[in-house]
Amino acid sequence: MKRTGVYGMMAEFDSVHTLLEAANRTREAGFKRIDAYSPFPVEGLAEAIGFHHDEVPLVVLIGGLIGGLTGYLMQYWISVVSYPVNVGGKPYHSWPAFVIVTFEMTILFAGISAVLGMLALNGLPMPYHPVFNVPRFAFATKDRFFLIVFSSDPKYNSLDVRRFLEGLRPRSISEVPD
Amino acid sequence: MDEPTKSAPVIEPGHTFGTVTDKISSIVLTRPTSNAWFVGFGVMFLLTMMLLFAVGYLFVKGIGIWGVTIPIGWGFAIVNFVWWIGIGHAGTLISAILLLLRQSWRNSINRFAEAMTLFAVASAGIFPLIHVGRPWLAYWLFPYPNTMRVWPQFRSPLVWDVFAVSTYATISALFWFIGLIPDLATLRDRSDERWKKIIYGILAMGWRGSARHWHRYETAYLLLAGLATPLVLSVHTVVSFDFAVGIVPGWHTTIFPPYFVAGAIYSGFAMVLMLAIPIRKVYALEDFITERHLQNSAKVMLATGLIVAYGYIIEAFMGWYGGNRYDAFLLWNRLHGPYSFFYYMLLVCNIVIPQVLWIPKLRTSPVWLFLISGVVLVGMWLERFIIVVVSLHRDFLTSSWGMYYPTRWDWMTYIGTIGLFLSAMFLFVRLLPMISIFEMRTLLPEAEVKE
Repeated sequence: MKRTGVYGMMAEFDSVHTLLEAANRTREAGFKRIDAYSPFPVEGLAEAIGFHHDEVPLVVLIGGLIGGLTGYLMQYWISVVSYPVNVGGKPYHSWPAFVIVTFEMTILFAGISAVLGMLALNGLPMPYHPVFNVPRFAFATKDRFFLIVFSSDPKYNSLDVRRFLEGLRPRSISEVPD
Repeated sequence: MDEPTKSAPVIEPGHTFGTVTDKISSIVLTRPTSNAWFVGFGVMFLLTMMLLFAVGYLFVKGIGIWGVTIPIGWGFAIVNFVWWIGIGHAGTLISAILLLLRQSWRNSINRFAEAMTLFAVASAGIFPLIHVGRPWLAYWLFPYPNTMRVWPQFRSPLVWDVFAVSTYATISALFWFIGLIPDLATLRDRSDERWKKIIYGILAMGWRGSARHWHRYETAYLLLAGLATPLVLSVHTVVSFDFAVGIVPGWHTTIFPPYFVAGAIYSGFAMVLMLAIPIRKVYALEDFITERHLQNSAKVMLATGLIVAYGYIIEAFMGWYGGNRYDAFLLWNRLHGPYSFFYYMLLVCNIVIPQVLWIPKLRTSPVWLFLISGVVLVGMWLERFIIVVVSLHRDFLTSSWGMYYPTRWDWMTYIGTIGLFLSAMFLFVRLLPMISIFEMRTLLPEAEVKE
């Protein structure tokens, strides 16, 4: 894995506007593998770094479908096949009574899929990550905004990237060791 | 946010990302634990121990130590279960429904309202389990393959309830935890001590605020809110089915689901106010939990209180107009029977007194709101008492009428759950950020992105 010993070049910004502008300009300059870090969700930032495919809704849809099917089929199998009990003359397959558990199971599975799917797609939990090697990165969860160009970017070259980022007028620039 | 100047702001002006972060995280990280906290937590912890004792004795002796006896097979346990689970509903309403409705003022109160939901559902969940008589067999309620080759009966509302409440507890916990992740990362980066960094670091799971992560995070959060919204409405609906599907007069009515949900939100907002008012005072959070929040919560209480009042009116009207002699007797029995004092108290607490919230001055007065909220909580508890006990104690056959008197064990269990709930709240405000830091940042003017 260790090719260069460098994970990327990181620039620190004061405000959400400068970060957003910097991210847009970096992408337009042809850098493909970049990321941005902010202390709260910023509208348009994911698009600015070239992220378009969010698979979370699909995961939730599949989870919900599996949950609903499981809920209904479980009740059908238990009440009709495995353990048919005559309760007040109601049919074994009392579908209106099965709606509620089916609904709850749909929500349960969809909700769990949303959380676990989001974490898995984000690669979390991740105990170690190179960006934490930059001491100033601790402010990314407070009031600072960061932009990184990964060293895996085809156009990556330490000197050029640093010069380019300096042109974006950041507050500081640091090389991120791997 | 863009409301005209007439109402108080959601955050007092002058705050920045830094001050919001420091103010909320310092409560957890640097503020010394006061003696008052220890006293408060200690008292609540003792009450929790009382709960443990009461439940322990119950396990040894059986539910004969309670006041329940035929014909009143559902006593305090079910009253308290419905009361607690209803209180939980406000947390989900604030965090999920108000998120979907873009009510950004919710960002100041959603975190501790969600915590309130969790602890209320935990307190509620105890009751049906210990109420089943043989609590060590409570797991029979869940469908699991067993050597007896029996399964739950899915036409029963009690089984629906198991699924509804356990789903609700799970989704509430997930929603609360996913909301905490970015703030746990903030605490990890703000704390100076190594062991705190490690603990918050493990809980934050390596969150680093990447734009890709935020995007998926927001999608998941929004979807979870969209799932929790019908869920929360279904939970108290299913709880009301426990009654409405039965044929007991006073239970067998179609008004129950909407009226239960409204009552749940009514009592939940009362609990939110009873927690928020002392918390904002003690921790000097008036900048974040402003008069606007108090006023909006009071308005929700007023509105849901009127829906509850409508439910009472329809119940009484149907008793009089429906022509069913048992329903008519139920109405008479509520007004003139042995428990009539509690019915009048219920009307006073839930309908008469809260009408003072029409006065704008009282809607922003913390002291008044605190008192009125307390009255509403008592009133909503009485409502469940009336529904459970008064309906059961005199049903179709005069020969099987009876009376219900709670015993000291009933009271110890009930008060014990209040202790459990509040000791969990005490721990929560000390160990976790009680206001969502990252959502507060998004409300600041400097967070606005201009195209």
